[in-house]
Amino acid sequence: MNDMSSDGYVTADGRKIGGVLMEMKNITLRFGGVKAITDISFDIREGEIRAIIGPNGAGKSSMLNVISGFYVPQEGEVFYKGEKRPQMKPYEVARLGIARTFQNIALFEGMSVLDNVMTGRLNHMKTGLFAQALWKGKAEAEEVANRDVAEKVIDFLEIQHIRKTPVSRLPYGLKKRVELARALAAQPSLLLLDEPMAGMNVEEKEDMSRFILDVNDEFGTTIALIEHDMGVVMDLSDRVVVMDYGKKIGDGTPDEVRNNQDVIDAYLGVAHD
Amino acid sequence: MGGKDLVEPSESAGGLASIPALLQRNAKKFGSKAAYREKEFGIWQSWTWAETEKEIEALALGLINLGVKEGDFVAIIGRNRPHFYWAMVAAQSAGAIPVPLYNDAAAEEMAYVLEHCGARFAVVEDQEQVDKVIEVQDGLTQFEHMIYIDPRGLRKYDHRALHQFSHIQDQGRAAHDEFIGELKERREKLTYDHQCVMLYTSGTTGKPKGVVLSNRNIIQSAKNASEFDNLGPSEEILAYLPMAWVGDFIFSVGQAYWTGFCNNCPESPDTMMIDLREIGPTYYFAPPRFFETQLTNVMIRMEDSGPLKYALFHHFMEYAKSTGEKYGMPKRRLQKPDLKRRIKTAWKFMMGVGFAVETMVENSIRLFFARMRYGAKVREHFKVSDPLGLMLYPEPLRSYFKYRTGEVLIYGPLKNTLGLSRVRVGYTAGEAIGPEIFEFYRSLGINLKQLYGQTEATVFVTVQPDGEVRADTVGVPAPEVEIKIEENGEIFYRSPGTFVEYFKNPESTASTKDPDGWVATGDAGYFEQESGHLRIIDRAKDVGKMADGSLFAPKYVENKLKFYPDILEAVLFGADKDRCVAFINIDLTAVGNWAERNNIGYASYQELAGHPSVLDTIQTHVEAVNRSIAEDPMLSGCQIHRFLVLHKELDADDGEMTRTRKVRRAVVAEKFNDLVTALYDGSSNISTTTEVTYEDGRKGSISATLEIRDAKVVPVTPQKVAAE
Repeated sequence: MNDMSSDGYVTADGRKIGGVLMEMKNITLRFGGVKAITDISFDIREGEIRAIIGPNGAGKSSMLNVISGFYVPQEGEVFYKGEKRPQMKPYEVARLGIARTFQNIALFEGMSVLDNVMTGRLNHMKTGLFAQALWKGKAEAEEVANRDVAEKVIDFLEIQHIRKTPVSRLPYGLKKRVELARALAAQPSLLLLDEPMAGMNVEEKEDMSRFILDVNDEFGTTIALIEHDMGVVMDLSDRVVVMDYGKKIGDGTPDEVRNNQDVIDAYLGVAHD
Repeated sequence: MGGKDLVEPSESAGGLASIPALLQRNAKKFGSKAAYREKEFGIWQSWTWAETEKEIEALALGLINLGVKEGDFVAIIGRNRPHFYWAMVAAQSAGAIPVPLYNDAAAEEMAYVLEHCGARFAVVEDQEQVDKVIEVQDGLTQFEHMIYIDPRGLRKYDHRALHQFSHIQDQGRAAHDEFIGELKERREKLTYDHQCVMLYTSGTTGKPKGVVLSNRNIIQSAKNASEFDNLGPSEEILAYLPMAWVGDFIFSVGQAYWTGFCNNCPESPDTMMIDLREIGPTYYFAPPRFFETQLTNVMIRMEDSGPLKYALFHHFMEYAKSTGEKYGMPKRRLQKPDLKRRIKTAWKFMMGVGFAVETMVENSIRLFFARMRYGAKVREHFKVSDPLGLMLYPEPLRSYFKYRTGEVLIYGPLKNTLGLSRVRVGYTAGEAIGPEIFEFYRSLGINLKQLYGQTEATVFVTVQPDGEVRADTVGVPAPEVEIKIEENGEIFYRSPGTFVEYFKNPESTASTKDPDGWVATGDAGYFEQESGHLRIIDRAKDVGKMADGSLFAPKYVENKLKFYPDILEAVLFGADKDRCVAFINIDLTAVGNWAERNNIGYASYQELAGHPSVLDTIQTHVEAVNRSIAEDPMLSGCQIHRFLVLHKELDADDGEMTRTRKVRRAVVAEKFNDLVTALYDGSSNISTTTEVTYEDGRKGSISATLEIRDAKVVPVTPQKVAAE
């Protein structure tokens, strides 16, 4: 199953996974004397759902921040679409087509859901401040086109009923969905989800899982996600990277990972002799 | 249903003997007028009658291309969308018969209907519905093809017998030349006696029955009702009621096609309230429960308002109770107003605005002083008074201007918030509506009326004419409807809308409809002598006797309980017993809000339902109802001796209610048998475990210990004037 030829592979449910979209090579990240990530290499392929799991403090979020360009690793290289990615500002990374959601919701609380989703379109707006203030010709056409994309995302995630509601009035589960909507509005080629299901009840988790699968299926978006809920991870993802104390201890399909002795030890603990 | 061509087609209304024929007339007559609107991607998309005809023709050709034959049944499963209405008319054009189903029904319920009518085709909404049908497809002997509207998530499905709606239309357009002759031929063949639609009754008892309605039933009923209420092509309605229900078919298809008015479909079920406001329908139907919920929400939100708004609201709502009927009702304008009329209207409006400003200013000043005196308790003491200027007017004028002032300050904005500003004719039916609720809407100046109807009658049996509207009657016989009342009180009717038969069920047909065409309603009632209005007492088969021989009328008592906003549902037991006991369901919105205000914490419905303070409140309601029942010597035996508050809401998914939310009495009695026993054996609490079904069909169980309360009963206190 896990024959990683450069042409990709076919998943158990018959989806074709493409070539390598992003590759991490020997990443090491230090904060002062603390090593958050030690010599980790893995790749993310086009069209797959890739999960990063691990116990608390394993360095998952740091890894995601390296992918999103927010942290710059001291050692190692990141390749994106076959090219080595130079050091970049987060907004430059966003322009490359990488969008993300946050573990602690980071929305504009006072703005409506629609406006929040529209901010996801920011990188697709080219007219200047003055033209937008006048709102004639090009600026208007651009806004209509962007609104069209935003509305399709709203329809997709079934949040029409809260379109005009200020985000601060929404319950937690819906805020998470709005955050996903904003990320999707950017039409990313790589979507990073940082604990998309943290703090949700079973029903909300099921909804969110369905949306993640639908996004992948409908738009072909590559998704990298961090998640604690093992059931969800094993059901959703095509391949899983397991981290513990900043090191990679497993990589492969959910089944392979589940039977990996190192992973079992890391999660359940080992008896001290 | 064929073979009964006893009547010439010329007998039909102007030669328009079918819905497809009406469509063609509308496409010519109202070609450029909107026929359908649907909000999608945040924008109202609309289709004119001419465009609608093209869409339906393409679909009908596509259906013929797919193999739809005359007399086939085509199931329709989904929420209200133009595409489904088109699918129904397209099926009729191709000679087939549409069978709309409740889209929230579980797969097994659908399987029964699909198999019973032998549907070969189904038009469904999305992946959810496709999955449900696929789940039961193996058990269906005649089922062949499924057409879906929303392709999301369906790409990987086996498409041999699964088609996308737009593709079918494309195929239809491509095969235009090949099949157009056949389509025309099939369309011409439709007569007044052809079956128009098959609707399955919700079935409070037993399996659903397929009601066969002919073109005559639908078109005659739609025509009569439209003329009764003077409906014209400029009406707007919001199509949000379940498509499988006869009411939706008669309003959104029958009347819409007869008069040529516009159907507006909401974006999603959750956005219904927002869409209602945006559309502002002129013709409106909602079940009583909907009005109850809206009123509860208004009252809850008024509790959060500031002291001035709060006092204004109560002042003007109190005033409207006596004057709303007189000044508030929308007037019927047959022609455009002339200049004189316009000036008069403008003057009235200006006076309203003037007094409104004066009311606000004077009362703001009074509030300022009231605040200094009472501080935080100002809400309890501050009352709004009329402005000095208004006092200068003599009486009839003063009341009139006071109502106009209220219109500017309270009624108008409130109606706008509720989305009912433009309602000219509104109906409620299906259950009794609480007199206070009914009065509230009427006093706002909304022409809300009651009607009494059935699927078997194509809705209309009795309706309330404008100006003769009361909360406790259901009106006079609808046009061309004859009514007779048997000695046992059961109501029978005969009308052009009387159904043809129950599908594949001659025994039920025979027991409901006699050879002369009289249909038994199963309801008991009587005509009021002086007004000629019909009053419904109860379901005839629910009315029973208690052990001591006194009358047992559960619905009557339950309705009295349900008029309290805290109580969502009630079920009374007591037939053949010596006393009555009741189950009660609390309303989570109302009680939850009350709990929040009183700092009562709760984590779940179950916990709130079992809270002692909640039980205390419910007990006061029950005792108040007992006192009011005691005033009627006939029914005083129905007083509630003991009650409990159920730990779960009665739900259609668990089979405790029908899809139209009517309680299935027998199912509830059987399922909660242990609770009923406990209510009668005198125990003070009972532990129970109940199986619940989740929306996706999985089952779980909840267990609870319920407290049983005794309620005070009152000896009979007959009113001074007897009812007779």
